[in-house]
Amino acid sequence: MGLLEISNLCARVKEGKDILKGVDLVIEEGEVHAIMGKNGSGKSTLCQVLAGREVYEVTQGQVIFNGKDLLKMSPEERAREGMFLGFQYPVEIPGVSTSYFLKAAVNETRKHHGLKELSAVEFLKLIHEKMAMFGMDKSFMNRAINEGFSGGEKKRNEVFQMAVINPLLGLLDETDSGLDIDALKTVAAGVNKIHRSDSKKAILLVTHYQRLLNYIVPDKVHVMIDGRIIKSGGKELALVLEERGYDWVENEVAAK
Amino acid sequence: MTGLKTKSLRNNEMMNDAFNFKILAEMNFAPAERAEQAAARELAETYSFGKQAAAEMVFVNGHFEAELSTLDSLPGMGGVRVMSLEEAIAKDDVLIRKHLGKYARIAEHPFAAINTGGGGGVVVHVGRGAACKRPIHLMFLTVAPHSPSEAVAASFPRVLVVAEENSECSVVETYAGSGEDAGGEYLTNAITEMVLGPSARMDHNKLQQEGMGAYHVAVQQVNLEAKSLFVSHSTSLGSKLARNDLQVFLGGEEAEATLNGLVIAKDEQHIDNHTLLHHEKGHCTSHELYKHVLDGKATAVFKGKIFVQKDAQKTDSKQTSKSLLLTDTACMNAQPSLEIYADDVKCTHGSTTGPVDENAVFYLVSRGLSLAQARHLMTYAFAADITRRIRVAPVRTRIEDFMAAQHGLPQDLRITDEARHDVALL
Repeated sequence: MGLLEISNLCARVKEGKDILKGVDLVIEEGEVHAIMGKNGSGKSTLCQVLAGREVYEVTQGQVIFNGKDLLKMSPEERAREGMFLGFQYPVEIPGVSTSYFLKAAVNETRKHHGLKELSAVEFLKLIHEKMAMFGMDKSFMNRAINEGFSGGEKKRNEVFQMAVINPLLGLLDETDSGLDIDALKTVAAGVNKIHRSDSKKAILLVTHYQRLLNYIVPDKVHVMIDGRIIKSGGKELALVLEERGYDWVENEVAAK
Repeated sequence: MTGLKTKSLRNNEMMNDAFNFKILAEMNFAPAERAEQAAARELAETYSFGKQAAAEMVFVNGHFEAELSTLDSLPGMGGVRVMSLEEAIAKDDVLIRKHLGKYARIAEHPFAAINTGGGGGVVVHVGRGAACKRPIHLMFLTVAPHSPSEAVAASFPRVLVVAEENSECSVVETYAGSGEDAGGEYLTNAITEMVLGPSARMDHNKLQQEGMGAYHVAVQQVNLEAKSLFVSHSTSLGSKLARNDLQVFLGGEEAEATLNGLVIAKDEQHIDNHTLLHHEKGHCTSHELYKHVLDGKATAVFKGKIFVQKDAQKTDSKQTSKSLLLTDTACMNAQPSLEIYADDVKCTHGSTTGPVDENAVFYLVSRGLSLAQARHLMTYAFAADITRRIRVAPVRTRIEDFMAAQHGLPQDLRITDEARHDVALL
């Protein structure tokens, strides 16, 4: 059974123009997928629609996540059911510490699954373990969410949060942009570790660059153009795209 | 979104713009009777800072309650005196003759004129070079207010703080009624006068947590001499109708004033803050930040004026009002203004009003928080800009508890980071 099954998904900005024009995609348990494509092709919109962003409306299609109808769930239910969106532009929230926020996030998900909430001590233990994984400084937990973080720190924070929340499916929207090569390696190692911690866990990467895929090796690569996935292949497809560009795919599809 | 209503600001004069206060002009007020002791004690204990205060003066329904007050730790502090106004007058203290009533411009303010008729009050004197870092806590409480006649029960607190040259102190004024939601109607009409001598430093907090049926009218007048430093935190959480007039006169060179304000209002509360920063001498600095969180049909007014006299060259002044509207029916009226007669100054002002950032709310719910939790966090974060600057821990705790209770959340939440409280201010 597919962990995520998207069929003919169409969506638009509320009362605005169509962006997704019939996306079909199946991610099996344990797989890593990458979606590549030009700016404006709909990659980020797909992530946002899956996470339940209200500025978009789904006009057609179906999404089944872990056997349940995803589109009927509120954004928080999707999160608690195991979907995680790593934002392309993480939001800064001055005044709220990361530790407070993450504890609330973890415990809401636990309550949803009928588990006991973590105590402060248990939570700290979890946090310290994950912080070590990403080589983060202890002061980080008392800092306000993303406040004054560099672009790279914000992205690392996204993946760190994913490690703490421990979702079934991680949607990582351009998590590699803004990272230098060392940070990229750390982040990729973290993603791989989360992915391998459970045979069910899957990852969907949205990226412009093949570089990330050297460190997080995908099972499948998809090319998205104008709101549709028009070509899919193995990890070697990313190398071809790197060499020949997206126009090549468009021309090839047009020729058919 | 909620528009800016300008109806209340059509005229500039202090009383004309406060059309909401006309209802007060039609009421009869009479001094409240002394409260029943058990109830008075219970309320005083609720708001007490305990050992965290250097001294606590408790007034209930306008009557000084010596037994509930603690002045024990004062003698050892050296150079700091706290006494009731009655005592100061009885002793014909030189402070009274020199300072009382000299600053609050009574003729210009009708409520100040009512207040001078006597009633409970406090005189704080911080002697030359004396330092009192723990707060001196002045509590003005109202319990089940009754007046002898049909009139609305009223109390008229008066505070005089004289901080002599090179002294340092922290003063907190708490105004509270029994049960935040108890709807009993009463009036608190307060005047506070503060005088800072050369190089004196004062951290002042006002926490207004009156009952929801209360009218709260207060005038605070502050005079700053050269190189003195005054920090004010004014927090308004309670009352049906409140108006604060805070006027700071920077009368000596290199004086510095920081005015921070926080308003959290809901239902049909109306909270007015009118501030004046009057720069009379050169090289003075003032910073002002007022934040408002308005829910339900609450209304708030921020009218801030910076006045820079001809001699006040090299003035550096910044005034900001920020407001968060949680509903479409809440209303914010902000009117920051500058009036400058000097030609070499740096003065800025600004005002923003808007709804909760939905981007940020989505970020939080996409991590599993409920919508209510996310909106609460955003509100908390908005206010934290002010709360984290408050240096008196019990005041901060009160505000945080109040906010958590507003959203039905447990009171053990401490979202703001202790380590970041702005110690650079004093």
